[in-house]
Amino acid sequence: MRETLASSLRTHLGAYATIGAVVTALAGGFAYTAGWLSPGRLTPTKLVDAFAPPGGPALGHRRNHAKGICFTGVFESNGQGSVASRAAVFAPGTFPALGRFNLGTADPGAPDATVRVRGLGLQITAANGEVWRSAMIDAPVFPVSTPQAFYDLLLASRSKDPDALKTFAGAHPEFAAFGAWAKSAPYTGSYAEERYNGLNTFLLVAASGAERPARWSFVPQGPVVPISAADLAARGPDHLEKEIAERVAKAPQRWTAQLTLADPGDPTADPSKAWPETRATVAVGTLVVQRIEAEPDGPCRDINFDPTVLPDGIRVSDDPFPAARSAAYARSFDLRTAEAKHYPSR
Amino acid sequence: MTGPVQTFTRLQRALHWVMAASILAMLFIGVGMVSTVGPQYLSLFTTHKTLGIALLVLALVRLGVRARSGAPPLPADLPRPLQLAATASHYLLYALMIALPLIGWGMLSASAYPIVLFGPVRLPAILPQSDTLRTLLWHAHVYLALAFFALILLHLAAALFHGLVRRDGVLASMTLAATRRGDASGP
Repeated sequence: MRETLASSLRTHLGAYATIGAVVTALAGGFAYTAGWLSPGRLTPTKLVDAFAPPGGPALGHRRNHAKGICFTGVFESNGQGSVASRAAVFAPGTFPALGRFNLGTADPGAPDATVRVRGLGLQITAANGEVWRSAMIDAPVFPVSTPQAFYDLLLASRSKDPDALKTFAGAHPEFAAFGAWAKSAPYTGSYAEERYNGLNTFLLVAASGAERPARWSFVPQGPVVPISAADLAARGPDHLEKEIAERVAKAPQRWTAQLTLADPGDPTADPSKAWPETRATVAVGTLVVQRIEAEPDGPCRDINFDPTVLPDGIRVSDDPFPAARSAAYARSFDLRTAEAKHYPSR
Repeated sequence: MTGPVQTFTRLQRALHWVMAASILAMLFIGVGMVSTVGPQYLSLFTTHKTLGIALLVLALVRLGVRARSGAPPLPADLPRPLQLAATASHYLLYALMIALPLIGWGMLSASAYPIVLFGPVRLPAILPQSDTLRTLLWHAHVYLALAFFALILLHLAAALFHGLVRRDGVLASMTLAATRRGDASGP
């Protein structure tokens, strides 16, 4: 048998070389596609790992916006959105909503006053079963223009070099608008007093097929009382969760869902650029938060608020962030669901 | 005409090559999409879902066609271990063709994602939301897909071995140029 193989190899050397070459080429192409030969490629794994604090990530939790509390309620659509989008969530009607108020931190135990960015994860399910998910923040603009710049920002903010952030800001002038907001904007004492902005640009698709770029925000209907960081700190490390639970137990809380329609020439690919205040807005409905539930075993814990989960009638635009967020959120979701045993249940 | 058939039917050959190209594309799309945060991530993911379900349907059709039309016998002089390897690897290939799309569908279901194929076309969930299930299925999907790729490389190497070294007609039984002896409608 051994001799046969050896003589076969001699006789068919060219054939064996061809087989080897074909298999190697395919395997090499596969390895390249998987990024195994490109250590510089920005992968979802790298992006998600960059959120981890020095002591490592909080197992079982979201890798960012880790501190949060669940809610359920309804979205009362007034039908005004149907002009711009054929999405079933914009047809007149009342649809179930669930979501999560959260803080932009990788630490689920972070004291409220130490976190600058607050967020709203939201899921609305239309009558036909189509789902619209969004993850919004209270900042008026996103810090940077590209996913790569966002990764660099994460690295700079974790860097031991005390000038890393200054160097980053110098290389990324678009960071100034967010920086100014972070430095000077007042806090509020309640998740219910925040305006939550989608920041990313999506395309609304009308029944006619016409497409128009838009952004959206959820604007609080109640009064907003600005407070200082010191006032917030004095109210305790978990004030926001206690406050929203008490507030909603007394009365449902409401936000106006507002679409902002782009004019030709408005920057759609860059969420660090605000659109002019004069852009047309359409109030398309009201989010009514009716019930607060703790996150452990709560309805929002196992939902990935992936902003590319969209109904027919809303599409991604040339904004590169929804795709990058979707890829990174999926990685975070893979990790935390695999670590579910580390997540304390009630 | 009598005697065993020497080639696969034209339908079988067409199914084989369409699926071969699609499965290879699926495997490349799979490893490509989980290693990028670029805008192509979304179109890769959508294609992966849609093509995956199409392949599940094609695999079931192919099994039915195989049951009806059979397969040409392996050459009688092929050593017994290679005959066994050929049979076992074909069972595995069929099993993976059906299992991987089902596992992917189950993974999306257990993740509580709406399963949108394109536009308004959606599939129902086949499993309830569950962290444990999705983790199990996620790992199964990844490792079985890598095993599938390895098995395809082996299958390809074996096919070329038959065609270039043994020249025993096994490769020719699946190539598009093959004509089927006894196929009255054949060219």
